[in-house]
Amino acid sequence: MAEPRTVRHAEHVMGTVFSFDLRGAPTPAVTAALADAVAWLHRVDEVFSTYRPGSQISRLDRGELTERQCDPEVAEVLELCRSTARAADGWFSATAGGRLDPSAVVKGWAVERASQLLYDVGARHHSVSGGGDLQTRGEAAPGTPWRIGVAHPLCPGDLITVVTGRDLAVATSGTAERGPHILDPHTGRPATALASVTLVGRHLTEVDALATAAFAMGDAARGWLRARDGIEAFAVTADARTWWTPGFAAYGEVPVPA
Amino acid sequence: MLRAVAATTATVAGLFLLLALKPHQSPTAAAAPPVEPTPGGSPSAVPSAPERDGTSGTFTGDTIDTARGPVQVRVTLAKGRLTAIAVLKGEHREGPSADALARLTKRALAAQNAKIDAVSGATFTSEGYRSSLQSALDRADG
Repeated sequence: MAEPRTVRHAEHVMGTVFSFDLRGAPTPAVTAALADAVAWLHRVDEVFSTYRPGSQISRLDRGELTERQCDPEVAEVLELCRSTARAADGWFSATAGGRLDPSAVVKGWAVERASQLLYDVGARHHSVSGGGDLQTRGEAAPGTPWRIGVAHPLCPGDLITVVTGRDLAVATSGTAERGPHILDPHTGRPATALASVTLVGRHLTEVDALATAAFAMGDAARGWLRARDGIEAFAVTADARTWWTPGFAAYGEVPVPA
Repeated sequence: MLRAVAATTATVAGLFLLLALKPHQSPTAAAAPPVEPTPGGSPSAVPSAPERDGTSGTFTGDTIDTARGPVQVRVTLAKGRLTAIAVLKGEHREGPSADALARLTKRALAAQNAKIDAVSGATFTSEGYRSSLQSALDRADG
């Protein structure tokens, strides 16, 4: 029996790679939407990149533009930063490094938007990843949920757990590859208590933003995340311990006590 | 089923790149020796997955510096299937993480059979992507 056809595409943008995995035979509308989603990601990079002196975010930071003079998406993302800062009780800031940098929320937000573009034209079963932060819709195959491996932050190439489910958003913040780079807004220095924290929820915009805050928060994130509806988490500490929220076991494999 | 086989192939190829394996003892199969990917090797190394020719043998990985110190492993293949992993170098201190490497071994073996659709947390940079499991999955046949 032939498997349903799938469409895969990997796009280098925003200094990372976005992976599209569409299940089922693509219609012309889906093929067109994939091209639109890719173009949209490059547009997001042009507008939001802090590495581009001419981006709207860079010009806004230098005071050359006002928020109202920017694309409407800029206000949307900055409001997302503010709402995340409120939810995270000071453990998230778009200016933690001394300049305006909404990068921590842009990728997840862009992935979820790209995913919605595909869904709206009928691609009901797909996965979109932006550098390891994922929005899935539907399921991997009829009756088969998505299975998302979570990279082991301390052992390259290994998986520490597998998250299984439908319509899942999964985001991991950690020090692997880029080293300590998430700043504690209180000190301006990199947060180092956790090696990684993986959040699971429904919408990647929220899940990715909260993952950054949780990483900065360190072990205190455990209680903070437990209190949030619709969000579960699995963390690896810098000294190789693990913890997870009570509901995580519904999605992911948890270590058997040694 | 074809897709599952392709995905498994890609997964093993990904593990090979990640572990940066090199033949250590002579492969027992008559088939050509597996590719020798170097750390950060070219993406073109990926499609030539070793087990496509059903390679058997024992292969020792380069020592990889991790946040927990250097780690080196040796894997055994039987007709392309990963059958064993031995940890040659790594942390064995007492404490809460004393069995971390034992778990690593089990997890790496499990990854081959886990039928993973995607990976979270491994590919922050374009450079990291090239040698990642996600990269291998993206190359899997539809």
